[in-house]
Amino acid sequence: MDIHEYQAKELLRAFGVSIPSGGVAYSPEQAVYRAKEIGGEKWVVKAQIHSGARGKAGGIKVCTKDTEVWEAADQLLGKRLVTHQTGPRGKLVHRLYVEAATDIESEIYFGLVMDRQSERILVVASGEGGMEIEEIAVKKPGSILRQSVEPAVGMLDFQAREIAFGLKLPASLTSQAVTTIMGAYRAFRDYDATMVEINPLVVTKDGRLLALDAKMGFDDNALFRHSNISELRDKTQEDPREMAAADRGLSYVGLDGNIGCIINGAGLAMATMDMIKHAGGEPANFLDIGGGASPERVAKAFNLVLSDDKVQAILVNIFAGINRCDWVAEGVVQAVKKTNPQIPLVVRLAGTNVEEGRKILKDSSLPIINAETLAEATDMAVAAWKEATGKTTSIK
Amino acid sequence: MAILIDEKTPVIVQGFTGQIGTFHAKEMMDYGTNVVGGVTPGKGGMTHLGRLVFNTVKEAVEATEAQASIIFVPAPFAADSIMEAADAGIRYCVAITDGIPAQDMIRVKRYMRRYRAENRMRLTGPNCAGTISPGRAMMGIMPGHIYTQGNVGIVGRSGTLGYEAASQMKALGIGVTTSVGIGGDPINGSSFKDILELFEEDSETLAVMMIGEIGGPQEAEAAHFAKENMSKPVIGYIAGLTAPKGRRMGHAGAIISAFGESAAEKVEILQECGVTVAPSPAELGRTVAAVLGKAA
Repeated sequence: MDIHEYQAKELLRAFGVSIPSGGVAYSPEQAVYRAKEIGGEKWVVKAQIHSGARGKAGGIKVCTKDTEVWEAADQLLGKRLVTHQTGPRGKLVHRLYVEAATDIESEIYFGLVMDRQSERILVVASGEGGMEIEEIAVKKPGSILRQSVEPAVGMLDFQAREIAFGLKLPASLTSQAVTTIMGAYRAFRDYDATMVEINPLVVTKDGRLLALDAKMGFDDNALFRHSNISELRDKTQEDPREMAAADRGLSYVGLDGNIGCIINGAGLAMATMDMIKHAGGEPANFLDIGGGASPERVAKAFNLVLSDDKVQAILVNIFAGINRCDWVAEGVVQAVKKTNPQIPLVVRLAGTNVEEGRKILKDSSLPIINAETLAEATDMAVAAWKEATGKTTSIK
Repeated sequence: MAILIDEKTPVIVQGFTGQIGTFHAKEMMDYGTNVVGGVTPGKGGMTHLGRLVFNTVKEAVEATEAQASIIFVPAPFAADSIMEAADAGIRYCVAITDGIPAQDMIRVKRYMRRYRAENRMRLTGPNCAGTISPGRAMMGIMPGHIYTQGNVGIVGRSGTLGYEAASQMKALGIGVTTSVGIGGDPINGSSFKDILELFEEDSETLAVMMIGEIGGPQEAEAAHFAKENMSKPVIGYIAGLTAPKGRRMGHAGAIISAFGESAAEKVEILQECGVTVAPSPAELGRTVAAVLGKAA
């Protein structure tokens, strides 16, 4: 789960990370009022969406008059911002953050991630701030400082000091840097984060260390013990279909193709999508209906896949382990009768009670195309899609 | 020999009396697994499925001499159960539970390192289908009947894709020594490399099928291990060619977040290391057959 910049800043501030003064706004009037509260002569109005690279997309505006703040807010609210992280549809701006502008002396990249190689929390910093870490890794790999956190004792002060000195910060800022680094680490640890990124962390002209931007992501598996984090969820930033799926216990990722997929198991789902591509088609989605594919789940999956109007054919691929094919087949028949999809449907069943399952599909006299193997299923689905739409190549 | 488990391995079930634990414990016993008891805190002294229930893993190990444990404990409490098993002297633990927090798994792995290598528990999973040595024993939730006994080892992240591989192999008359699910989580008990090591030492295993997916460094690490340390052929497959970057594909670990983590990049690394990569998931069985044919 991701949260907004202003939420991440509030969390981090509670752990001793310094941030510029600022406040959230939902309307141009509120934005102007916030600017007055903050005082000074220069403000930054920042669109709050779950994505980085907002500046390049026009989501961050520097203002020196309250009329400018009003105009910036008016322009941003209700706008869809498209960045390289949001996909072509972009993300809708519902909230703004108004912040005192900062005179920057130098910029630092600072982040914490869950490192899968070492299976530890990894702290990453670089004096080359302002760029994304991927870019720093390519352009200035030598500038990247790393500290791996030993799980038994947690992050230690000396590790934070090594980073602070490694960044060649002025000596007067060392203790504040240690506070910032340790605070970000504690926030990561205490709230089961998967990512904390402060980019940039800046040294100001008047010699302070401030987090100008902040991003946090959290481990969905650990949300059960952090209700305060769950509260920060902003559903307007999530794909409505993916959210609907998650609420029904299904795992769904929307893609750009035309062949809707209903599959049990994440690995088999990915493999089936790969096969569709091999056969010359494009999958419309990833959908894992999980181990216990009950008739209700199958019906929900059909509704979900059919709610995507790009879908022009459906492929169901179920390898029944603990459940039985006859049961899954009943679910498919019920779902087809209920949703009545006017597009080709290919079903491949395998595993426990496969013969009974196939018989149920045949006896239903519904226009279901039966496939026996994975290759057959994907070939048939792509062929049926081509026949139904008269297309020869998939349109993205 | 198979690896990890056989018909003699005494197994306990943690989360024995719950609905899921009960269902799968029964399936395991029907398959011939030597289930000797179970653990549910607070239900010690009860008899369940004809086996004794214990309050703690230590008590269960003392009374039954259990060597292996399978975990069906719900995610918020599963990490604790795994560490309890490690402390009680269990040698091999399969964690089926899906949804354990990543920081809990970091703690589990750190805790297991407290023990000397010779006393250290081996863990596979979490979020896996389990381990089966066909014809001998099953610790997991897979349909046992799709596997035949034979000479090919299987190691994979995904449950159902592993079933797909086993059934394609069965259709061609190829059997399995042991099939090990290492699970779909980013931080797991055993890596691909750990399991390849065991298959390399197993005299009955002639070749290994490794079924990986997008995300994480483990497939590449395993491929380098195979190149440098294995005499047996490895057949690979990586799921997720069509997966977009930065999106989580079901498994918590199936997300492309760094260089070298996409399916295409992993396939390239595998091939460079001499692993025969199946051209599609429909060719898993045939690719194994071709490699075995060449080796024979």
